[in-house]
Amino acid sequence: MSSTKPKIAFFDFAGCEGCQLTVLDSLQTHTELLNAVEIVQFREAMSEINEDYQVAFIEGSYTRPSDEVRLQAIRDQAQIVVALGACAHLGGVNAVRNAHRLEEVKSYVYGEKAEVYESSSALPISDFIQVDAFIPGCPIDREEFVRAVKSLLQGNSPDIPDYPVCVECKLRETGCVFLYGKTCLGPITRAGCGAICPSFGVGCEGCRGLIPNPNMASLREVLSENGLDEMSIRAKMGLFLTNQIAASDMEA
Amino acid sequence: MSQTLQVDVHHITRVEGHGNIVVDVRKGKLVKCDLEIVEAPRFFEAMLLGQPYDQASHLTSRICGICAVTHATTSLRAVEKALGVEPSEQTKRLRKLNLFGEILDSHILHVCMLVAPDLLGVESVISLAKTDILVVERALRMKKVAGDLCGVIGGRHTHPITMTVGGFTHFPSAEALESLCERLEAMRTDLDDTVELIQSCQLPAFERETEFIALHEEGEYCFIDGEITSTEGGLWPLEEYRSITNEHMVDHSTAKHARHQRQSFMVGALARYKLNNDKLHPKAQAAATALGLTPDCVNPYMISVAQVVEIVHCTEGAIDLIQQILDQGIVSEDPAPALRSSGEGVGACEAPRGTLYHHYEIQDGLVSAANCVIPTAQNLANIEADMRTLVPQQLDCTQEEMTMSLEMLVRAYDPCISCSAHMINVKCI
Ligand code: SF4
Ligand code: SF4
Ligand code: NI
Repeated sequence: MSSTKPKIAFFDFAGCEGCQLTVLDSLQTHTELLNAVEIVQFREAMSEINEDYQVAFIEGSYTRPSDEVRLQAIRDQAQIVVALGACAHLGGVNAVRNAHRLEEVKSYVYGEKAEVYESSSALPISDFIQVDAFIPGCPIDREEFVRAVKSLLQGNSPDIPDYPVCVECKLRETGCVFLYGKTCLGPITRAGCGAICPSFGVGCEGCRGLIPNPNMASLREVLSENGLDEMSIRAKMGLFLTNQIAASDMEA
Repeated sequence: MSQTLQVDVHHITRVEGHGNIVVDVRKGKLVKCDLEIVEAPRFFEAMLLGQPYDQASHLTSRICGICAVTHATTSLRAVEKALGVEPSEQTKRLRKLNLFGEILDSHILHVCMLVAPDLLGVESVISLAKTDILVVERALRMKKVAGDLCGVIGGRHTHPITMTVGGFTHFPSAEALESLCERLEAMRTDLDDTVELIQSCQLPAFERETEFIALHEEGEYCFIDGEITSTEGGLWPLEEYRSITNEHMVDHSTAKHARHQRQSFMVGALARYKLNNDKLHPKAQAAATALGLTPDCVNPYMISVAQVVEIVHCTEGAIDLIQQILDQGIVSEDPAPALRSSGEGVGACEAPRGTLYHHYEIQDGLVSAANCVIPTAQNLANIEADMRTLVPQQLDCTQEEMTMSLEMLVRAYDPCISCSAHMINVKCI
């Protein structure tokens, strides 16, 4: 392989490796990417390890103090750091536990052995290091990933939409799931997935994070008009948005 | 004979999640032999508390991107049993089809991309692409069919969208199923070539008697529901899973260890093959014969061979299922209803790596207690027992050779460390 190709590396923190799996899928259909870059680390797929890289893709959330050291080392080496997927971008589903008391969570799962394991709140990696770009979603969208890599290679930041999922339902002419008695977080959630969940008959769960200036109050009202009590609203919004909602409540 | 030997593999590669192998031999005596699980704990069982029952499968699917369909299906079965939901025959078929897609995807990834480099003497699939591009292309081709199968049924490759309590929110078109079926049929030559490739490889000849456990059902190579069975004999209802898995914590790992009638047991493709081989598709039986796999096999390195046999079984099984679904005609039916809002249920499925259990208590529609037992957690004690037998047999080896055979052993189990790390629960519900 020529040494002029940008070297890219993949790292995993607390996550399910579903985003890395989706990267493998994208490479399968977009082999041109494999010709444009040199992959120097991808632990799940290869044994070779090379610490010389320019672009770092990070999957997974920060969940324990020792993660900070690893994150910082990646930041020191890479020119560009990209948060890959909801776990890295938002804290992802891992942040569901932030709503519970940490000690209770640990002892529920590990009993009296709880203190053996180092753990803290699940947080986005951008709380610890500067992140140059993010690719949202749980999992990431294949095509968006490919577009994002191409933009990054050209020195541009990826074009991630700022408008809500509802816009994509309109464009696809998917009937609003509220009309079928279901509930949806599409009005407050960043588009870019092609409104994939509503197109399969399921309300959006907010995996791509909040749009700028979401109207939370109005959505809460709509959800409660559609039969969700306070607990259910919190559970629905908490699946992917625990950290963002905690932050927006602090501002409010 | 080397009297002192240390192996310390930090973050084993080509496995899912983070684990270390630590072996310490001093003066010819084995003082340490651990498989350390160092993945950050993710506390899914605690996160399930307070979740609306219809959100549980969407949360637990995120335990593992590679076993997402199995986690979702197992989770749905636990909820359905708790709330008295009876899914339709079509739902059962579609779920099984989706699960076959995931087993195929995971096994193809494991055998052809993660294990094959060891057998062919290269460092990884990236190097394999340079030495033997046809093998890699074939693997990618098969993997794509498997991923697309999951996509057609579940809405996307990983983290299924359409699977819900009682049924599906969306149904594949007949055209999509027909085209899948054609692609699966066309995959048969690639399957033959894969069998031939593995046939030509030499696997380490290591053997150790142990107990093997899998789900069992009359007339079917069981993947969903059924009962629990063992090579030591016996048949248990799923509700008694705790007496089988018998988990206990060990200090060096965030995952719990399991033992049943012996000190440890194995779950996964080899266990399923040993216990259910009479129900394999004839073509899969033929593959087993060609590969020299027999029901008395106790060589853990043969797990990969059993996976090849299952790749054949699941491909043929998927083709048959699609035919059945098309013959019946796809009905856009509503999910089966819940009969109550509180209850307790155990769901079980065979994940690519072995039996997976989800056990929930639901109160007024919200999960009030949860326990999940993951295949890799059940296998850990058995992997360590294998290592403890293997190391003394190989004291003449160099450190590199020892490291290689231990890494290959761990990789043979196809451990899903993401899955197992946080899935430990000592709380009884
Ligand atoms: S964002 Fe979702 S798919 Fe990606 S690693 Fe996290 S849980 Fe897995
Ligand atoms: S519809 Fe919502 S939950 Fe589904 S992928 Fe898009 S942003 Fe994520
Ligand atoms: Ni897994």
